[in-house]
Amino acid sequence: MSKFTGKKQKEVPAISTGSMPDIIFMLIFFFMVSTTMRQNTLLVKISAPEATQIAKLERKSLVSFIYMGQPTQKQLGTETRIQLNDQFATPQDIPEYIAMERESRDEADRKLLTTSLKVDKDVKMGIVTDVKQELRKVGAFKINYSTRKKVEKE
Amino acid sequence: MAKKCPEINAGSMADISFLLLIFFLTATTMDVDTGIARRLPPPLDPTQEPPDIKKRNILDVFVNKNNRLMVGGRPCDISQLKEKTIEFIANPTNYEHYSEKREVEIPELGGTMQVSRGIISLKNDRGTAYDMYIQVQNELASAVDQLRDELCKEKFGVNFVDLKDEEKIKAIQKAVPVAISEAEPEEIK
Repeated sequence: MSKFTGKKQKEVPAISTGSMPDIIFMLIFFFMVSTTMRQNTLLVKISAPEATQIAKLERKSLVSFIYMGQPTQKQLGTETRIQLNDQFATPQDIPEYIAMERESRDEADRKLLTTSLKVDKDVKMGIVTDVKQELRKVGAFKINYSTRKKVEKE
Repeated sequence: MAKKCPEINAGSMADISFLLLIFFLTATTMDVDTGIARRLPPPLDPTQEPPDIKKRNILDVFVNKNNRLMVGGRPCDISQLKEKTIEFIANPTNYEHYSEKREVEIPELGGTMQVSRGIISLKNDRGTAYDMYIQVQNELASAVDQLRDELCKEKFGVNFVDLKDEEKIKAIQKAVPVAISEAEPEEIK
C-alpha cells in the first residue's frame, strides 16, 4: 500500500481555456444569423393584437414601419400618436415618409415595398383610418397589420 | 536565419469575442414580424358610379364604437362571424338571401366551378378599437381560408398552405376569391 500513501497528492491540472474564444464565436454567429438589427427605438407603447390567420413578414429590408400608440413618456399624455422613424408625426407626414422610403430602395424593389402598421390594440380606428387613407393616396397599397400569434386556449 | 517569432498571446481573444457577443445581444432583436397582409384599394374615382351589386350578394359587417358587431342586419357575436361568412359565401343550399354563384372555367380544377359572387362589406366606426377590427379581419380571413382548404382537400388532397404549385394556388384563389370591401370612412351613428 505504500505505493499510494507515501506520495504527496498530485495537483489538479488547470482547465484549458484555449477553446473559450471558439465557443463564444459560435454563440456570436448564432446571434448574428438568427436576429435582426433593432430598427428604431419606440416612443410609443405597442402591444399588438392577437390573431390566428397570420403570415410572416418576408424581406425585412423592404418593409417600412408606422407605429401608433400611446406615448411611453407619461408627460406627453395618453392620446394616440404616430411614430415615423424616430419621431412623432401626424398623418399628413406620411406621404413624405413613404416617398423617402421609396427613394432609399432600389428602383426594382419599390413596387414590393410593404408598409407594416404596428398599432396598439387600444388605439381607436379613426386615426388608423386616416393613416390608411394617406397610404391609399400615395399608392402604398401593400400593408400588413402587425399581430402576434394567438395561443389557442383549451 | 530570422529570429523565431514569439507566439501571439491569445488569452484576451475570449474577452474580445465576449464583447462582440454582448454587442449583438443588445443591438439586435429576435422577434419575427408577423401580421395580417392586406391590400388597400386604389383611391376612388369620384366620377365613377359605384358598381351595381345585388343586395343578396353583399354581406354587411358593421362594427360600432362600442365594439358591437352587426352582420347582415342582425346583431352578432364575434364567435359566429366565421360560420356566418362561410354560410354566406358557400351557400350550399342556394338560399335566396345568400350569395349567388356564377360559372367560371378553371381548367386546373377540372372544368367549370361555381364561384360565389358574394362580397363582404366591412364598415367600422372611428371609435372602434383596433383590437376588435383585427379580430373581425381575422375571422373573415379564416373563413376564406377554411373554404379554400376544403376545396383544396377535395381537389388535391392537401391543405391550401401546403400547396406548392403556383398554377394550383392561382386556381384555388380564383375559385374562392377574397372579396372584402372596406367602405370609405364615414361616421356611423
